[in-house]
Amino acid sequence: MDTMIPVDRGGPAQPLLLATGLRKHFPVGGGILGRGRKVVRAVDDLTLSVAKGETLGVVGESGCGKSTVARLLIRLIKPDRGTMVLDGDPVDEPHGITVNELRRQVQMVFQDSYASLNPRLTIGETLAFAPKAHGLPAAEARERVRDLLSKVGLDPNNYAERYPHELSGGQRQRVNIARALALRPRLVILDEAVSALDKSVEAQVLNMLVDLKSELGLTYVFISHDLNVVQYLSDRVLVMYLGKIVELGPVEAIYGNPQHPYTRALLSARPSMDPRKRTKEAPIQGDPPNPIDPPSGCRFRTRCPFAEDVCARAEPALSDTGHQSVACHMSIAGSGHSKAVRGGAAAA
Amino acid sequence: MAIQTPSFELGSPLVQPTAASASRGYWQSVARRLRRDPVTLICAGTLILIVAASLAAPWLGLADPYKTSMIRRLLPLGSPNYLLGTDELGRDMLARLIYGGRLSLFMGVTPVVCALLIGGLLGITAGFLGGRVNMLIMRVMDVFYAFPSVLLAISLSGAMGAGTENTLLSLTLVFIPPVCRVSESVTTQVRGFDFVDAARASGAGTLTIVRVHVLGNVLGPILVYATSLISVAIILAAGLSFLGLGVKPPEPEWGLMLNTLRQAIYVNPVLAALPGVMIFITSICFNLMSDGLRAAMDVKA
Repeated sequence: MDTMIPVDRGGPAQPLLLATGLRKHFPVGGGILGRGRKVVRAVDDLTLSVAKGETLGVVGESGCGKSTVARLLIRLIKPDRGTMVLDGDPVDEPHGITVNELRRQVQMVFQDSYASLNPRLTIGETLAFAPKAHGLPAAEARERVRDLLSKVGLDPNNYAERYPHELSGGQRQRVNIARALALRPRLVILDEAVSALDKSVEAQVLNMLVDLKSELGLTYVFISHDLNVVQYLSDRVLVMYLGKIVELGPVEAIYGNPQHPYTRALLSARPSMDPRKRTKEAPIQGDPPNPIDPPSGCRFRTRCPFAEDVCARAEPALSDTGHQSVACHMSIAGSGHSKAVRGGAAAA
Repeated sequence: MAIQTPSFELGSPLVQPTAASASRGYWQSVARRLRRDPVTLICAGTLILIVAASLAAPWLGLADPYKTSMIRRLLPLGSPNYLLGTDELGRDMLARLIYGGRLSLFMGVTPVVCALLIGGLLGITAGFLGGRVNMLIMRVMDVFYAFPSVLLAISLSGAMGAGTENTLLSLTLVFIPPVCRVSESVTTQVRGFDFVDAARASGAGTLTIVRVHVLGNVLGPILVYATSLISVAIILAAGLSFLGLGVKPPEPEWGLMLNTLRQAIYVNPVLAALPGVMIFITSICFNLMSDGLRAAMDVKA
């Protein structure tokens, strides 16, 4: 039993998960022998770290690669390139830990609460599956199931023998969260975990997530397109656009002082409760460009009101501005952009 | 099941379902739906009757199905002592029809069961592993698909020679590709569900995932499809016997009986049609039952 409780190894300062240069391109179409094959650049050279005990929010439009990031972090899909380090241990490398060990400590909650539960298994069987697969005896697994169900606020006597179709969406999502906790992970990836729930149930589940986090000492990667939910839950926020990070920083900095035009547009596009705070900046228009053939340079330039020549020429690196990191030429001194901080003279 | 929204706060009493009804398992709800489907029930009843009669044939006090008589050839239906008349060699038709069911059903069910095991295994493997394995298995199946099934069965039987074993073998080979294809498609579909991803994310082995999460969800559709194949198998087996490639005389078998009674079609057409009627009833029952099962097992509640 004790072996199932992951131990903290590197101390609180060491990031729990460090992903460097993650890249995933999906091939589409093309001939039989791969001639003329195109790729969807779902995630392109993404580097992120998740500190112990924090909640990292990931936001972005549909199709920007949020879910791919989730699946990469838990290795449901294999990255084309990039490394991952879990609390000091490289993943899937000669001297590191195996993918299976990674999955013991990193678990995921899926968006579709119905599709993520096997319709032929009872809730109890679903929850017991992972512990049993890791060798927990049946009696202990049963005990674990009862424990998990009460943790997520479902009465074990009533729910363990039920089938998924007998539960409501909120109850099913509680079961999914319980399943993710079954192996006592340290990091839980929540991929749009509350997006499909109606607002009142969403609030209950969110509160439960907050409580579980402090109770079990969890770390969350919270992926959502709902900016308000991310603001409520996150310590740090990562904004993605077309498979790349455009802005990354503490939640106060991102929401209070967004630097990247895309982040600003996202934030201004969310409906406000206050009639005095009307949308001032024109919200971005149109759909994101096709990720098969993303724009050169800065990927946002086709929809950016401040785009200049330099944006098409060079790709802005993610650079620190003091409070947060931004990938925009306007935030890089001397980038050649007319609005860049001090001195647009020196073209890099 | 009433759907209710639990009011949940930490420390509040645990959520209670409003209806304290006993949870119904999957198979129970299938059985409940089947009970409301008279067509399926009648077909199943007819099939049980035919199968039971064939199995119990030696104990039913029937006439000897092999005993010929030159005097009593082609007696019409309803003759004294010969309820369904006699065939062209004076054998009792009723006995031959019931005994014939043994071979005909055996020839219908066995190849499907064998094809189910082999084709199902191949299809689930191809579907779950995907990629190159899928490509390899499914393209080989496509080669078999290129031939019409009747033609394939006839040519295989013709090449291997007549006989029961060869018929079974050729029918099995004919049925592997369709079973494989259906298994592959349902497995591919199930594999795409998040619960399979969740199982993979829990670090369970491939075999465990297939056993616990895939098999339970694919066996239903595959079995339903296999039931519909039984009728095809019976007809194909009868067809092979009719062509002289299957069972050899004097064994009673519906297809063979249809063939030998062909000569009598102008003398006693009703009699000549009887084995055909049996084939028809059996295969349509299997087909309708398969449809009913499909409907009953389609759980979207």
